[in-house]
Amino acid sequence: MIEIKDIKKSFDDKEVLKGISATFKSGSCNMIIGGSGSGKTTLIKCMVGLHEVDSGEVLYDDRDFTKLNFEDRIPIRKEIGMLFQGSALFDSLSVQDNVMFALNMFTDMGHSEKLDRVNFCLNRVNLENVNKKFPAELSGGMKKRVGIARAIAMNPKYLYCDEPNSGLDPKTSIVIDNLIQEITDEFNITTIVNTHDMNSVMEIGDNIVFLHQGQKWWEGSNKEIKHTDNPELNEFVFASKHFKEMQK
Amino acid sequence: MLFYHLGKYVLLMKAALKRPEKWSFYWKEIAREMVSIGVGSLGIISIISIFMGAVTSVQTAFQLISNLISSSVIGQITRDNSILELSPTIGALVLAGKTGSNIASQIGTMRVTEQIDALEVMGVNSPGYLIFPKIIAGVTMIPLLVIISITLSIVGGGVAGVLSGALSQTDYITGVQAEFNNTILVAGMVKSFIYAFIITSVSAYQGFYTSGGALEVGESSTRAVVVSCILILCADYIVAQLLL
Repeated sequence: MIEIKDIKKSFDDKEVLKGISATFKSGSCNMIIGGSGSGKTTLIKCMVGLHEVDSGEVLYDDRDFTKLNFEDRIPIRKEIGMLFQGSALFDSLSVQDNVMFALNMFTDMGHSEKLDRVNFCLNRVNLENVNKKFPAELSGGMKKRVGIARAIAMNPKYLYCDEPNSGLDPKTSIVIDNLIQEITDEFNITTIVNTHDMNSVMEIGDNIVFLHQGQKWWEGSNKEIKHTDNPELNEFVFASKHFKEMQK
Repeated sequence: MLFYHLGKYVLLMKAALKRPEKWSFYWKEIAREMVSIGVGSLGIISIISIFMGAVTSVQTAFQLISNLISSSVIGQITRDNSILELSPTIGALVLAGKTGSNIASQIGTMRVTEQIDALEVMGVNSPGYLIFPKIIAGVTMIPLLVIISITLSIVGGGVAGVLSGALSQTDYITGVQAEFNNTILVAGMVKSFIYAFIITSVSAYQGFYTSGGALEVGESSTRAVVVSCILILCADYIVAQLLL
């Protein structure tokens, strides 16, 4: 379980996060949604320690991440997997070495054991015969899947996905969404997805947090979101003609 | 502003030179960087070294030849210039352009494509993983390149001097062997170590703090070369003042 309490973050004089609190349960897909500039990415970066919070707490199973120094954060970081918006695969390494990276760095596993783990992760995201390929040789969807494989290589307890569907066609988006959902259920991971793709939200969002102007504006499930009377959320969710008609 | 960057640079170097998480993993990176910096720069260093020596020899012959001065002096001047200034300093300026821009753009691209963020989320000391192997590879391979450059420069000077008819091969070899002072070799090698550290660390610093996109990566790369060149020339003066 991940709990955030009164997270505040400013850049120069601009307050981006104005005291956000939320709880993200284990084994559930938690979606953070909001318009551009609402603070979604900043919130995720604060949660994984890429930005330092100005005040507030980020608790990973009651361990306050914000109070720890770099060395003490490492054990928690080993429990975190993250899929980045642009996949962020290491260009100079093959797919196999990308997925094996954390295993090489942090474990004493033998090569064959690591290879088995890599193959398991790649098979889990439905990728075969790509071990020796380099990121430049992969399509956008394949890169995302390798990104997921890398994120789950260390058997994480917490999985972050930053805009997992950006730049993907609708069909591939569904494949990625389903993968995230399946992995969350299968390994009982606390998954947090930062997205503005409403299809994903409706499909896999067990718990949805809507950010607006740096504040938590609304929280609920994907069933509740369809019937909300929150005007800002309605404006965001039913922005497209298609969804507007669906709402009517 | 200067102190702001100096402070950030010192903190980055402190993080980069921390004890690696896993030596076996870092050795592979160091070996890879050694190939990239050392073997990858051998061609250009060889070419400029031969021509540096040749030009020094021919121009010295043009300026100094008179009946009062032995022509073997050309060999001596070419040797001393190659060891003390041409190979370490000109070589370092060329390497700042080649290796420095490469390091800055490589790390800068990793920054803007979130690859450094990915390392940090995993719990990897990103300055250590990205910068430490480059510094180690630089301070081992650049002095070796300078030694090769000195040799080629002296050979190039001899070939050019003999071909231009300024002096005989025997005179050149006599000049190269005459009155050798160890201090110039020590100064040349000290310079090469310092330049190697400047090129790798300054370029890594510029790349590491890149923010934005492709345009900013290019700017970081240019800044890495410019700052490295200026610092190399400053260090050149300081070392000369201290050691000679």
